Amino acid sequence: MMTTSSHHPVSGPEPTSSSEVIEFRHAGKVFADGTEAVRDVSFSLRQGEFVSVVGPSGCGKSTLLRMASGLGPATSGEVDCKVTNLGYVFQDATLLPWRTVQKNVELLAELEGAPKEERARLATEAVKLVGLDGFEGHYPKALSGGMRMRTSVARALTMKPPLFLLDEPFGALDEITRETLNEELIRLFVSERFAAIFITHSISEAAYLSSRVLVMSPRPGRIVAEFDVPFAYPRSPGLRYDTEFGRLSNEISHALRKGYE
Amino acid sequence: MTDVSASQVPGAGQAPSSSRSRRAARGILPPLIAFGCFLGIAYLFSYILLSPDRRFLMPPPHEIVAHSFLRTSSLHEQLQATWDTLKVSFTGLLIAFVIGTLIAIVMSQAKSIERALYPYAVIVQVTPILAIVPLIALWFGYDFTSRVVVCVLISIFPIITNTLFGLLRVDGNLHDLFTLHRASRFERLVRLQLPHAIPDIFVGLRIAAGLSVVGAIVGEFFFRQGTPGLGRLLDTYRAYLQTDLLMGALFWAVFLGILAFSLIGFLGNRLTRNWYEERR
Repeated sequence: MMTTSSHHPVSGPEPTSSSEVIEFRHAGKVFADGTEAVRDVSFSLRQGEFVSVVGPSGCGKSTLLRMASGLGPATSGEVDCKVTNLGYVFQDATLLPWRTVQKNVELLAELEGAPKEERARLATEAVKLVGLDGFEGHYPKALSGGMRMRTSVARALTMKPPLFLLDEPFGALDEITRETLNEELIRLFVSERFAAIFITHSISEAAYLSSRVLVMSPRPGRIVAEFDVPFAYPRSPGLRYDTEFGRLSNEISHALRKGYE
Repeated sequence: MTDVSASQVPGAGQAPSSSRSRRAARGILPPLIAFGCFLGIAYLFSYILLSPDRRFLMPPPHEIVAHSFLRTSSLHEQLQATWDTLKVSFTGLLIAFVIGTLIAIVMSQAKSIERALYPYAVIVQVTPILAIVPLIALWFGYDFTSRVVVCVLISIFPIITNTLFGLLRVDGNLHDLFTLHRASRFERLVRLQLPHAIPDIFVGLRIAAGLSVVGAIVGEFFFRQGTPGLGRLLDTYRAYLQTDLLMGALFWAVFLGILAFSLIGFLGNRLTRNWYEERR
């Protein structure tokens, strides 16, 4: 474990506050085949916090989200998720090809048993939030990768989840689309004030979006560093060229490299 | 300079249309040539290779057309038979579709059920129809029902396997999404697995459609009560050495198969063309 001036030591349970949404307590995951994916991860997340997890591929970042959501529970330690309503966004847009944008966005409300008018209203609202109005009748096939991702985010937004789990959602997109969607996500974060765990392997994306950045080591994934990102929301794209931002990115990058040792 | 370009204008104007007609010709010409060769070979056999007393083995094509399709009595007889075969194979296909899809759905619910049932599907697939003709006759008689049973037996396997394939191959993330939102087994099936399987169901149906026409004709060879279909007509023509009519009936059998195959293909494409990029 390393320490620099700008991050806290990671170990030990943090004081629980009433607005805490999720807490990892020495959580670990060993798969049935014996592979240890995640080891002794502890951190907690409060309402309105945006935490990014950066790490090399295969370090168990996605496993962390599966542990958080209960899709793949921890095999040691504890993950205490205080909310049941989660917005999960995958790297693929995971849309249903036989449904239009509108019907795709309605899906979750439909599964939760919301009446027809209610889910239409929720979907229309969410579609507007991600700037897809006018495309409600389109099938995913006719959309660009970025628009599919917006649809996927809109679908998660319909349930107004207090906690978002985002698993490299923009990893498959080109740089320009990715940056546009970063802006959109910040805008949504500022207006909706959810908590979020954002998985990425892009340092600048992590620093740009988050209020906190966790750095993971290669498998078995451990949290080797934690950084507070001091910039106030809403953030503007120019921040990426700020010297302070550059210094922080450099420190994160350094911590990532140290994680290999 | 001006002269040259002016003199080139008519030629330039014609170039696209002539290349278009050339492209059309390139599309039509090869099949046309192949068909011509095919007819040529038929005539070669009829008039040159076969002596007149054996010409009935390969009647010249124009006689097939004249005797089968241009003579009202035989045309009527063959259309009637085609209609009957169509009814049998369509009924068989429909039943195979319903039962096959249900079996696939049941199998998709648990690996253990799949393991328990799959061997029977394979057994149905590999049992020669001829071998179970006596049993079908005892159970269902010699009429329409038995012919339909043959169709079902012969066409159900591709429906089961393709549907099962589609039901089981849903993306894991989508399953996770449904799990996160506490979807029931039924919701998962209806909103996720079945729609996902639609393209595969159509692949199975398209294969099954062709097979069920075969099944209807084969069935008519064995189960000969009730109105005659193409199978029985073929057998009658054979018995009277009416090769010209035999070939006519054969044409209808092929026509039915192609019709069923392309109709199902068309419906499948219609339904899923907004969903996926061109895949097959």
